Amino acid sequence: MDFTTFLQQMINGFSLGSMYALIAIGYTMVYGVLRLINFAHGDIMMVGAFLVYLAHAAGLSFPAAVLVGVLGAILVGVLTDKVAYKPLREAPKISLLITAIGISFFLENLFNVLFGGVPRAFPAPDYLTQVIHIGKLYLPTTALVIPVVTLLILAGVLWVLYRTKYGMAIRALAFDIPTVKLMGINADGIISLVFALGSALAAVGGIFYAISYPSIDPLMGIIVGLKAFAAAVLGGIGSVTGAVLGGFILGFTEILVVAAFPDLGGYKDAFAFFFLILVLLFRPTGIMGEDLERGRF
Amino acid sequence: MSQPILSVENVTMRFGGVTAIDHLSFAVQKGEIYGLIGPNGAGKTTIFNNITGNYIPTEGRIVFDGKEITGTKPNKVVDLGIARTFQNIRLFKSMSVLENVLIGYHNRMHYTYFEAIFRLPRYWGYEKRIKARAMELLEEFGIADLADTEATALSYGNQRKVEIARAVATDPKLLLLDEPAAGMNPSETEDLSIIIHKIKKDFDLTILLIEHDMKFVNNMCDRLTVLDYGENIFVGTPADAIVDEKVITAYLGEFKHA
Amino acid sequence: MQKLITNILLLILSVYLIYWAHSHLDNYTLSILNNIGIFAILALSYNLINGVTGQFSLEPNGFVAIGAYTAALFLIPSETKMDMFALVDPAPVVMQMHAGFLPALLIAGVTASVIALLLSFPVFRVRGDYLAIVTLGFGFIIRIFAMNKPAYTNGAMGLNDIPGNANFLWIGLIAVITFVTMLHIISSRFGRAMKAVRDDEDAAIAMGVNTFWIKTVAFMTSAFFEGVGGGLLASFLTTISPDQFTFLLTFQLLIIIVLGGLGSMSGTLLATILVMGGMEWLRFLDDDMEIFGYHTGAHPGMRMVVFAILLVIMMLFARKGLFGDKEISDTVRKRIGRRQQTAGGDA
Repeated sequence: MDFTTFLQQMINGFSLGSMYALIAIGYTMVYGVLRLINFAHGDIMMVGAFLVYLAHAAGLSFPAAVLVGVLGAILVGVLTDKVAYKPLREAPKISLLITAIGISFFLENLFNVLFGGVPRAFPAPDYLTQVIHIGKLYLPTTALVIPVVTLLILAGVLWVLYRTKYGMAIRALAFDIPTVKLMGINADGIISLVFALGSALAAVGGIFYAISYPSIDPLMGIIVGLKAFAAAVLGGIGSVTGAVLGGFILGFTEILVVAAFPDLGGYKDAFAFFFLILVLLFRPTGIMGEDLERGRF
Repeated sequence: MSQPILSVENVTMRFGGVTAIDHLSFAVQKGEIYGLIGPNGAGKTTIFNNITGNYIPTEGRIVFDGKEITGTKPNKVVDLGIARTFQNIRLFKSMSVLENVLIGYHNRMHYTYFEAIFRLPRYWGYEKRIKARAMELLEEFGIADLADTEATALSYGNQRKVEIARAVATDPKLLLLDEPAAGMNPSETEDLSIIIHKIKKDFDLTILLIEHDMKFVNNMCDRLTVLDYGENIFVGTPADAIVDEKVITAYLGEFKHA
Repeated sequence: MQKLITNILLLILSVYLIYWAHSHLDNYTLSILNNIGIFAILALSYNLINGVTGQFSLEPNGFVAIGAYTAALFLIPSETKMDMFALVDPAPVVMQMHAGFLPALLIAGVTASVIALLLSFPVFRVRGDYLAIVTLGFGFIIRIFAMNKPAYTNGAMGLNDIPGNANFLWIGLIAVITFVTMLHIISSRFGRAMKAVRDDEDAAIAMGVNTFWIKTVAFMTSAFFEGVGGGLLASFLTTISPDQFTFLLTFQLLIIIVLGGLGSMSGTLLATILVMGGMEWLRFLDDDMEIFGYHTGAHPGMRMVVFAILLVIMMLFARKGLFGDKEISDTVRKRIGRRQQTAGGDA
């Protein structure tokens, strides 16, 4: 691998890692406040990408379509919590998990019935798909746009989490729901906020994915969702900065390993799984995580 | 004095920046009922969790029956002979009273998985013998007639008895009781203290109990340690404790209440 | 004693019924029964880890795939293998795999359960619901390997001409064995410990239960029977390909155990029949329908939307399913007991 190729791959890795990071944040925040692996999160990302596609097909400009996609994903995410998860807050954990997998399967099959399983070309505007040459580097605009937008969004999310009272409430909720309720914080409102924020980021991640890939299908959220979850565990489940870190590590690993060992290309989708297993075996709290599961007596 | 059955030596437990227990030491002699009292948040349950292996102490060591057990896995600690109850009763809610107690006998039934699946003689032998023993134990607690009732359908006082019976079933030398009288009415409390004295004698137990209710402690304990903010502020008999100035300051109000 | 005699009589009766069905029913009916039998084996074993032990897992499609491929490779004769592997030559070890029907099923089960043991270490030593996500991921990994290791699996083309030894006699008998095994586990110290882990893991540990091993044993047992079920499926269908072992399979089994009641084995049996029947009956949902002269068009997958909604509704409003975690016989006995009591009270 010469230096130019290496640089090219690094930029690709950065771009892929951005997507994983955006989606992983939603997993980690929901896990933080509800101790729930939200299986439907990957599908929310799919919904976001599909809504952009549909809005664009209906004649909206691309930026307007993106807005529709993000708002739609927020709506679906928050509704999922209100309708399906909220009634089960006091129920055994397994009921909540089964419901989550039910919602995931529902969204996948609903979109499959409505729009068919055949992948559709995603309508990325020219200014995002152009290839620019910098020296020997050939870069699609997205390879620059995605990381920059991601970093801006992350800065915003971290600002909300660490500098606003809502962010403080979210972090307090991650430690103890009953205490937060005692402190007079509207726990349900904060949980909705978590779902809204997570879903919006997932939608953005989904749109980036759709632009780079560049096609969408109803099952696109499954594998990406699994990988993003693995990234969240790698970074330390419950930790937002951890999720970002985990997303980037996974993105870079996938790109670089395949670049160095082309034979492993077919197994690219399996790396995240092995990461997950290794982290659980040797450092279950991940890179940045705290032990959220310590028994409370 | 002979070698203590349990000695907690200089144990410190920190959670992040919070020190729950600060260089705590005390020793429990075989055959006594030892009390651990203190205001809420004094670190009483934390030291239980240190002894049972649920939390590994940040510093210090815990010696049981002459062997250091600091950091031993919780289920291994049970095998060594320490059993516990929980502050908020934690029975197996899908199971009957008898089944709850049978879980306590889990490690005393020495048949294998295959013997269970193929229903070989050892399965029948152990099941029959241990069930009879479990019934005797329930008899001891006066709740044998409730054996087939779902455990969580019982009255609070009886649920507490099931929880203690379940702990005794593991055949412990040392029994840790976490606020056994909490939430009980006076007659249930009276009933409970009689039972605790009885099982202590019948099963040759040493008992370490955490308690809030001073009257109960005065009746029950031979000796006690008073904790305040994770520190040991008094060791001695209950009679001396209630006149100790430090204890009174720490406890002001709570004593008057009792 | 009376209970023992009843049980033995029930066992003899069910074996006789299986034999009778095998020798008297037509092929179409038998193929339905075979399907139900295989799904019953899978659902019963799935219920052990999910329902009895309370560890949410999404493993069946992965382990069924392992069982199916393993058994198929042991059952298919060498010459057939040489002809079948079109992309690359079969790996040497594949050419050496030979076994009779029953040994092949056993090997399939053991293979699945060894993999379950390996997965247990990362997921059961830590708290948290990692089993679900790891097993979900595992299902995809198996597929990726099936596609990328054509020397072992023949890639996307899958394996065919698998000897069809699996008839209803085998499938029915193994379903009965699975059922009895599960009941025997539940009413032993191991089953009680599994339920204890489900009800309150900390309290189970405080009773000296090694919860890591209990969970692992439950998971390995589920995997074993899923592997055997996979082997039966391969032999029953005679062809297998990676596309048969998608998450859809796991989802169907999840519906079954939730409907029957998490932890209830007899409930699972009944639910298998209801869900398999329901799947057939609801087939019309996927077809073109005419409602008030308006054609809906064909919607393959509509049934799955309906089943997904059903699952969520069951969780929200009928979490206990048909029988909760009790067996049908317990429920009946309680009813009769209550009636006798009331009758006694009247007299």
